[in-house]
Amino acid sequence: MNNMSATITTTISTKAPAMNQPKISARGVQVHYGDKHALKDVSIEIHPRSVTAFIGPSGCGKSTFLRCLNRMNDTIDICRVAGHIAIDGEDIYDPKVDPVQLRAKVGMVFQKPNPFPKTIYENVAYGPRIHGLAAKKADLDDIVASALQRAGLWNEVKDRLHAPGTGLSGGQQQRLCIARAVAVSPEVILMDEPCSALDPIATAKVEELIHELRENFTIVIVTHSMQQAARVSQRTAMFHLGNLVEVDDTDKIFTNPDDQRTQDYIMGRFG
Amino acid sequence: MTDVSVVAERGKVSQPKSILAIDARTRRRHAAEARFRLMGKIAVAISILALVGLLASILTNGLTSFRQTYVTLDIYLDPAKLDKQGNRDPEAIAKITTFAYAPLIQKALTDAMAAKGIAVEGVNAKRAVELISKEAPATLRQYVISDPAVIGETISFDLLASGRIDGYYKGRVTKESAQLDRNISPEQLLLADELKQAGLLATRFNWDFFTAPDASDTRPEAAGLGVAVLGSAYMMLIVLVLSLPLGVAASIYLEEFAPQNRFTDLIEVNIANLAAVPSIVFGILGLAVFINFAGLPQSAPVVGGLVLTLMTLPTIIIATRAALKAVPRSIRDAALGVGASKMQSVFHHVLPLAMPGILTGTIIGLAHALGETAPLLLIGMVAFVRDYPAGPPEGFFDPASALPVQVYSWTQRGDPAFVERASGAIIVLLVFLVAMNLTAIILRRRFERRW
Amino acid sequence: MSVGIIILVLLVLSALGYFLGRRRALALAVESGRRLHSLPGYYGQTVALFIAVPAFLLLIAWLFIQPAIVGARVNGMIPDSVIPAGGARSLVISDVRRIADGLDAVLARNVLDEAALTDGRIDFSTVRDRLAGVGIALGNDVPNEVFEAAKVYRQGDKIGTIAMTIAVLALSAGFGAWSFTRIRPDMRARNISESFIKSLLIGSSTVAILTTIGIVASLVFESITFFRMYPASEFFFSTVWNPQFRGGSELGILPLLWGTLYISLVALLLAVPIGLLIAIYLSEYAGKSVRSFAKPAIEVLAGIPSIVYGLFALITVGPFLRDWFAQPLGLGNSSSSVLTAGIVMGIMIIPFVSSLSDDIINAVPQALRDGSYGLGATQSETIKQVILPAALPGIVGAILLAASRAIGETMIVVLGAGAAAKLDLNPFEAMTTVTVKIVSQLTGDTEFASPETLVAFALGLTLFVFTLGLNVLALYIVRKYREQYE
Repeated sequence: MNNMSATITTTISTKAPAMNQPKISARGVQVHYGDKHALKDVSIEIHPRSVTAFIGPSGCGKSTFLRCLNRMNDTIDICRVAGHIAIDGEDIYDPKVDPVQLRAKVGMVFQKPNPFPKTIYENVAYGPRIHGLAAKKADLDDIVASALQRAGLWNEVKDRLHAPGTGLSGGQQQRLCIARAVAVSPEVILMDEPCSALDPIATAKVEELIHELRENFTIVIVTHSMQQAARVSQRTAMFHLGNLVEVDDTDKIFTNPDDQRTQDYIMGRFG
Repeated sequence: MTDVSVVAERGKVSQPKSILAIDARTRRRHAAEARFRLMGKIAVAISILALVGLLASILTNGLTSFRQTYVTLDIYLDPAKLDKQGNRDPEAIAKITTFAYAPLIQKALTDAMAAKGIAVEGVNAKRAVELISKEAPATLRQYVISDPAVIGETISFDLLASGRIDGYYKGRVTKESAQLDRNISPEQLLLADELKQAGLLATRFNWDFFTAPDASDTRPEAAGLGVAVLGSAYMMLIVLVLSLPLGVAASIYLEEFAPQNRFTDLIEVNIANLAAVPSIVFGILGLAVFINFAGLPQSAPVVGGLVLTLMTLPTIIIATRAALKAVPRSIRDAALGVGASKMQSVFHHVLPLAMPGILTGTIIGLAHALGETAPLLLIGMVAFVRDYPAGPPEGFFDPASALPVQVYSWTQRGDPAFVERASGAIIVLLVFLVAMNLTAIILRRRFERRW
Repeated sequence: MSVGIIILVLLVLSALGYFLGRRRALALAVESGRRLHSLPGYYGQTVALFIAVPAFLLLIAWLFIQPAIVGARVNGMIPDSVIPAGGARSLVISDVRRIADGLDAVLARNVLDEAALTDGRIDFSTVRDRLAGVGIALGNDVPNEVFEAAKVYRQGDKIGTIAMTIAVLALSAGFGAWSFTRIRPDMRARNISESFIKSLLIGSSTVAILTTIGIVASLVFESITFFRMYPASEFFFSTVWNPQFRGGSELGILPLLWGTLYISLVALLLAVPIGLLIAIYLSEYAGKSVRSFAKPAIEVLAGIPSIVYGLFALITVGPFLRDWFAQPLGLGNSSSSVLTAGIVMGIMIIPFVSSLSDDIINAVPQALRDGSYGLGATQSETIKQVILPAALPGIVGAILLAASRAIGETMIVVLGAGAAAKLDLNPFEAMTTVTVKIVSQLTGDTEFASPETLVAFALGLTLFVFTLGLNVLALYIVRKYREQYE
């Protein structure tokens, strides 16, 4: 039985996903925190190699949904998730799925930069090490360098790879966290308000970086800033009180939304 | 580290993997995870097993001390021996020593055995009376001195059986071990069995264990906790009366009034360090300052109380400050806002709200002090004290023992029966501690407020 | 007047002062037609505080100083000739005290009157019998000098007590009257009484400093006396501990330090891994039900007094180790051993380590855990590679605190480690520690002027310096650690 499913999945995964096939598809997702019904029947498709932004007022469930996509909600005892979420057609809440493997595929960057209290090098090398991506020290060095380059941090830190990561500025720390996520070679990167703790200059750098990362990764970003959503994303999903109000191309959402609530939110009538 | 693009390519090649199939590496990582978790479980299990083992050891060794074997005899208080003048003069009766009482017991035992037709070969009257504690004549004498009018009557007494006989009924002494024992012979044990059958000897609840004073090395059966309980109670009273006001006053100052300066820092550092000074050092302090310098008496609860107060103070201060800190600013601001002085806001509002926390901390501090032994050894509380201290406050200056110290001094005695006594004393001590901690928990549950 | 009665009188006086002060304030206010500055109760409080507090302070000071003065005088009266050979001056002095108390008892029973002391009806030849009559047994006959000293002691004590009563009451009355006459309606009574109370609060908080001064002074002075009699180099560097009551003792601390450190090491080797794993398991893994059961159980371990652990070592662990390990392995046949004391002490400090580590692990921000989980790390990888390294300084601090507690622990080693001072590696051998020797040198009938007794103070000083150093270092590390995450 095990063998059979293994062969089937192999055949599925070797088939390269077509550009028009959604990377992530969610159907009827419900989330409860204890008694609180945090997400109500959310269905959405997220396209590969593009940036999807989740917007909406505080407490609307956008971060909760984001954390469902790599099962980070598993670490919270009182959280229960129902519904169906698939990545590349594979149900991530299937009992056979190991969240550890899932998270290697779906990386995450958090609201506040949270570098480990280790050196810059060790921060980036942490993920590849635990997943066994490098057989030799030289491979690891290469992965670290490549990740830092992709995160646009290489030139700033190449001379002090062994300085503590906590000694960097806030913006650099956040890019270090992005490098840390990239180093595992995920397919999807989830970003939970990655710029909310940063100053405008650092924010601009991170946004630029997101733009570049889009070429290789599927990116989902939660943001409070509508301008940011407009700047970095191709598609935008609007959440309100645990409901997905609408999801569409970013241009359309910001110019001609279907829903009155989206209209009001974008116009700053609530938020 | 130079050719980045190659690595990036390779990274891409290794993807994508299905998330439904768990690869070997992940399996290994999960196995490591399970091992680690198991180690945690083992650690918890070890500590709980240690607790169970500790309690089981104390309980199995000590529970028997709450029961004691007694011999019931009708004793004729012979006036010819106890009051030769026949005028019941208390002074003269008080001069009669226990040597006069011992034969009365022996006669009573012999008579009782004859009446029931009990005789065991190899146990003459002199050896038979060894079944009864050497403490018995003293008990008898006390009884007669307290009421000389009973002389001439025949009264039924419950006399303590000797430690070996008591041990026989608690499984500590067997006929085999008696063979090797100078203090008891198997025949005497046989006799004890006979007496038991005849209803002259019985093992029952031992109230004296809680009230009687300590007894000498050779009379473990008579040793009790009376003086120790009283001494501990006196000390706790002193600790409570001194440390609660001092601790609360110090905490109020440090938490509410103290400016940020060197002096405050000094006090803070002092308190933090005193809380971690080994308790025996407080004993040295007590010996040098209270006994040698101030000339307070040795073995007195007042010295013990003072030493334990100094030792408990940091605990109480730390708990009180936490309780004061938990009262939100808004309460203080509200009081100050209606024109109360800082002092009024603290004493009228903050302190009452912090009181449950303070009391909880105090009780826990007291419980800690109650179990403390080492400093008391140094101030002489380990001395052999048989006289009850007087009532307070004079009694604070009388020699006394303390519960944990009594345990220690019993462990230093030769007779194995004292191990049972020491464990029994620990049970009493633990019961007090549990009661105190439960009070603290109930207090916390009932009055705890969360802001 | 006895101290109890003086205290009672002071309390009554201050209550009286309260009411009189309050009444006077009210009366003055009516008389002058002006409003009182403070509530009337504060005027009363001012008077009451002035009556009680200075008098109490004087009383306490007097109680401490008088015995020292009288004692010094009596000490001068006793020539060395009456001190029995091999006995101690302090024992003679305590005899003097007992005789003085006994004389009081003799007089109190109306057997004799005060004059009998001077007219020779009680003299040193009959005093022993007289005292035996009131239940005070003396070991041998009383030399004349001692008897005279006792009389002087008694006299000094009596005069002192009378003087104290007068001084205390006079001070109380004087301050009371002064503060009473100062009452005016516009007097800022609340401010005065509040400043007064504030100074009392400050005074209370200095008790901590006074305690430290007391500890340091008593340790240092007696240690200096010790080092005058016994060379410090011998004490610190000699490997032999062999006290002799006839003099010629060898008092090297090294074997004691070795025993202390060896036992503490065993304890830490047991307690640190287990305590740390417990903290990790309970804070990161355990479900609610396990936690609600295991946490209190481990806290119970922390609340058990050390004498209980000592008895456990003595009657259970010691014999068990001897019968199942030491004897079969041929490593010794002593039930008290380094291992016995170390294991039991380890059990005692497990909850200490686990609760400290628990606090420290919980101080590691959740964001770091999330960061690690977000990369696909398992829980144990996160703990071992992120949380523990992040918490390392705090954990080191906790271990140092645990070490200081192990080094200062007394009852477990007194009952479990043995009394033999030796430098040995075999953990099944009985060894001894600094604390054990402090207890054994300071309990029992000891002569306070001999190096064999005074060495305890030098041992105490060493112990104090050791543990203080560890504590200061640990508290510093832990504070730095906490600041990092605040």
